Formats: sequence, C-alpha cells, structure tokens
Amino acid sequence: MKINKFDIETFKIASLCRNFEIKVFEAIRNKKIKIPVYLSGGQEYISATLSNIIKNNLKIKPLIFAQHRCHSTYLSFGGDKIKLIKELLGIKGGCTNSMGGSASIHSKEINMFGHDGHMGTQVPIGIGACFTSKKPTIIFMGDAAAEEDYVLGALGWASTKKLPILFIVEDNNLSILTEKKIRRNWDMHDVARSFKMKGYNLNDNPKEIFKYKKYFFKEPMLLNINTNRLFWHSGAGIDDPKIFDRFKNEKNKIGKKAKILDEKIKKNIDEIWKKQLEKL
Amino acid sequence: MEKTVRETIKNIIKNHLTKKRGKVFGQCLTAVGWVGGTLPELYEKDGMIELSMADVAGGGIVAGSALMKEKPIYVIRYQGFNWYNCPMIVNYAAKSKEIWNIPCPVFVRGIGMEGGIGPVAGSSHHSLYYRMPGVKIVSPMTPIEYKKIYSEFMKDDDVYYVSEHRGSFNNKKEFQNNISNNNDLVIIAISITRFAAIEAKKVLEKEGYKIGLIHILWIKPLKISSKGYKAIKTSKKGALLLDDDYVDGISNSIANKINIKTQKKIETMGLKNKTAGAHKNVDNLPPSVKEIVNKAKRILSEK
Ligand SMILES: Cc1ncc(C[n+]2csc(CCOP(=O)(O)OP(=O)(O)O)c2C)c(N)n1
Ligand SMILES: [Mg+2]
Repeated sequence: MKINKFDIETFKIASLCRNFEIKVFEAIRNKKIKIPVYLSGGQEYISATLSNIIKNNLKIKPLIFAQHRCHSTYLSFGGDKIKLIKELLGIKGGCTNSMGGSASIHSKEINMFGHDGHMGTQVPIGIGACFTSKKPTIIFMGDAAAEEDYVLGALGWASTKKLPILFIVEDNNLSILTEKKIRRNWDMHDVARSFKMKGYNLNDNPKEIFKYKKYFFKEPMLLNINTNRLFWHSGAGIDDPKIFDRFKNEKNKIGKKAKILDEKIKKNIDEIWKKQLEKL
Repeated sequence: MEKTVRETIKNIIKNHLTKKRGKVFGQCLTAVGWVGGTLPELYEKDGMIELSMADVAGGGIVAGSALMKEKPIYVIRYQGFNWYNCPMIVNYAAKSKEIWNIPCPVFVRGIGMEGGIGPVAGSSHHSLYYRMPGVKIVSPMTPIEYKKIYSEFMKDDDVYYVSEHRGSFNNKKEFQNNISNNNDLVIIAISITRFAAIEAKKVLEKEGYKIGLIHILWIKPLKISSKGYKAIKTSKKGALLLDDDYVDGISNSIANKINIKTQKKIETMGLKNKTAGAHKNVDNLPPSVKEIVNKAKRILSEK
C-alpha cells in the first residue's frame, strides 16, 4: 500500500486519541476518575479522518455536535487536551467546568457544542444551529441514537431545507450491549436516501471515508460508518479482546514510521497526564 | 387607538422579524388564521419558519437556532402539544447557560384554549416547565404586559415560557391589583382565570365582603409585591389561588410558597383532577365565576 501524507497525518490524530483513551482507561482503573466515562477507543479513526479532511484539507471550521462518546471528536478537531483531563478528573479549569464530565464536553475554541445526555438530541439541535447560521455543520450520532424518532424527523427537515450538514453515524453495531439486528431491520443510509439526501454505508478505513470528501457540506449527506468499540460501553473494560482494531491495522500498514510517531505521541500524552494526576 | 392583545402580539412579531431579523418557528403558521391573528402575513424568506410535524424534533431545531444568538420565537398552537415540544427546550435550551455558559434563549409562545377540544390539547400546561431550572414563566393577559415581557426577553438570555390564552386575545384593558390591607379574602389569579376573578370579586363585594385581588404575571420567578404579601397577611381568611392548569401543577406549589411567607391558608382552584371530554357536560374548564364565588363563600364561612 502506498502511504501518503494524508495517511500519516490521520494516523497522528488517531494516535493522539488512542493514547489519550489508554490513559483514561488507566485512570478509571486506578479510581482517579470517578464519573461515568464513555471511551472512544477503537472508533477514533472516524473523527481523525474527518478532521484531517475538513480542517487540514478543506480548511473548514465546522460547527460540531456530538453525543456521549465524544472524546475523540473533541481531540481530533483540536480540543484542549489538558482541559479534557481536568474535566474528567474534576479539577478546576475543565473544558466544561466539571458540569459536563465525559459525556457533555464542549469547546468554544473549536465550535463544539455540548450534549445534554439524551442520545440523539444533538441531531435536531445541530440542524437548528446550521439552519440559522448557514455554517457547515458536522453531526455525530451512534447507531442507536439514529433510531430516535426525533432524529429521523429532524433528518427529514434538514433534507427539505438542503442544509450543509454532514451526518456521521458511528455505527459500532451496539446500543450498550444490544446488537443492531435485534433492534431493527433497516439501515441508516437507506433512510437517508429515502429522505432524498445522499446516504452511504462504509467502514472506518480512512481511504473509504476520503472518497466522499467531494460531497462534504455541499448538501446534506449521511455516512453510516461501521466501526468497532474496543472498550465497554461505559467505564474501563473489554467486551471482546479479538475485535478488529482499525488503529492497530493502520499502524501495521504504515509500518516503522507509525511506530516511531506513536511512541513519541504516547510519551507526550503520558507526561501531560502525569502532571495533571499530580494535582489530585 | 387602543390595541388588543392579539394586535399587540402581531406587531411584536412583525417587529421581531423585520427590524430584529429574528425568526419565528412553528407548525402551520402561514395557514389561514395565522394563529388566531397573532402573526403578520410573512413567510420563510422573512424568517417565519414552518417546521415539519415532527414535534419533538421541532423543539430541538428551535433550541439549535437559539444557540446561534438569534432569540427565536417558538409558537406552540395548543399548550397541550408541549408534551412533545418541550423536551429539548427544558433539557437543552434551559440548561445550556448553566452547563456550558452558552445562553440559548427561546421565547416559547404556548397558547392556551379550552372548551370542547377534548382530552389533550386544551388548557394551560405551564406546570410542565415549572419544575425545571433555567426557565422563566410568565402569563401576560394584557397588551402592556405582553410588551413588557417581550422587551425583558430581548434584554435577557434565558428561556421564557409565555403562557398565553386565546381568551385574552380580544382584551384591550390593563388590570389593577387590589392590595389594600384587612380584606376578608384575597384572590390570586393566573392566566385566563384573571378575568373570572375580577367578576367574582364584584359578586362577592356586592354581598358585602371585602376582597383583595392579585394578578400574577410572573409565575417563575414568582413575583408578588411586598404590598401584595401584606394584603394576604392582613386578610381574615388568607387567599384563594386560581389557575388554568391542574391544581397539582403549579398552584399547590405556589400556594405553599405564599403560605410560608404569610402564614396564611392558601386554597387553590384549577382544572379538576379528570380528563376533559369533548362535550360540554364532560369538559374540564377553569374555575367559573360561580365556582369561584361558591368556593370563596365556603372559605369565608369557615370558623
Ligand atoms: C433519550 C435517551 N434514551 C436512552 C438513553 C440511554 N443510553 C445511553 S447510551 C445508549 C446507547 C447509545 O448507543 P449509540 O447511540 O449507538 O452510541 P454508542 O454508545 O454505541 O457510542 C443508551 C440507550 C439515553 N442516554 N438517552
Ligand atoms: Mg452504538
């Protein structure tokens, strides 16, 4: 496989997210973090790729709406690492002043709006924000949140109004531990199409995601991106140790260069965490 | 020429759209009737935004619009629809300032109406919002009150639930409190019950009773002047509080607050604890003049 600059840049962002989440995992295990935490580990290639395309390639600063599993969204789009650590540890100066915890983080600097904890509300709210501001908007949701009646109703309206929104379903096939096939017999990309917007089903391979760049923010589009959640729904645990790990896969593909970069990023993240943990 | 509440609202909305470049959201706004004549005949290009019939999503879309500093007005044609419209207003818009320090001010026009409209749509449902932090609740029934509330909202950055009532739309008059001391009983009235309260006071006074009257415009935070509290405190029999919502909504709660402040007994009247039927004899209406007079007399006759 030919490795280009885009692959390297995406890997760097994903590595930041992965190494950050490993530290969060440890901090939960060591009881330094005492609030419910939703780890993005395993799914980080989605936000890393999107941020690399949108920020670095298209040079767009979108409005960002995410839901509870949002550390990687925040970090990929440039959210302040230290402020997130403080938020998780409950130290003064957290990105959401200890009000948001893990699930409701936000950042004015990167235009990321907080989530109230009711899954899927970010969809109509993000649509309203885009409708009023006309700014390019990216809205993340889980495969379960996508089933919310208010998400579906809102998607229809966004399509009717032809808003410049990129809807991303981070489809890990799970609602906590309930698989998609138990909950429904339909797919989100089909729903999007029947609402007369572009809808595609793909996996979290960065090259796959990149293919759709040409449609970003031109009109409403929904990408249902299949991915894997490495850790428990909430907290620090592993459901299935054999699950496919996109990050590891990409790291191996890139090879030595990725290993070196990853080590460097890990060291940096470890140091940042260490400093904050000392404050406890 | 004096204006009705209807004309006042219509002017405010027109000004909001044309001068303030704001937006008005709601369902079926631009249809015949223009929401009881309270909307100017303007369209999407002017900021009058037709939402789809996805009620819950609609509330979220309006909250999102408010995040963009536009101060949207959200029209809810019958207050009962709030069960589907309010979730993201109370859980997101009302909390945004406290959680993220990002104000999300929405002016919610909840319109009350009753009489022959069945089990879900009618009456006032302001109590739905009442238990939630971050919301201000008002119920203007006169032109000046409405103007004041709108201008407060424009200066403020909170969510306002404006509990309107179609029964007030033709009203041109302003109301006066009657808060002298040493009354036999004080009537405290909210929303459409304020009209019946005025009539009930007249009937009771004809029969020789001395009745005080307090009009509630601000439900949350509850605003009663110190003179008003004094009028209750110095009354013989305390107060009778009237509302157009179920008594187990806000009226019992407000009564408790007033009781703690005045040490007087505060009785309440509102919708009966039953579902409204479509026909007259099974409807559930706010207290009538006769019902208020009867209850007041019962209180007045207590030893
Ligand atoms: C309105 C609402 N209903 C139920 C829940 C409980 N809940 C929290 S997370 C979750 C599953 C979310 O799954 P998904 O949207 O696929 O995101 P994931 O956790 O897989 O990232 C549920 C049901 C909730 N938060 N909000
Ligand atoms: Mg899921």
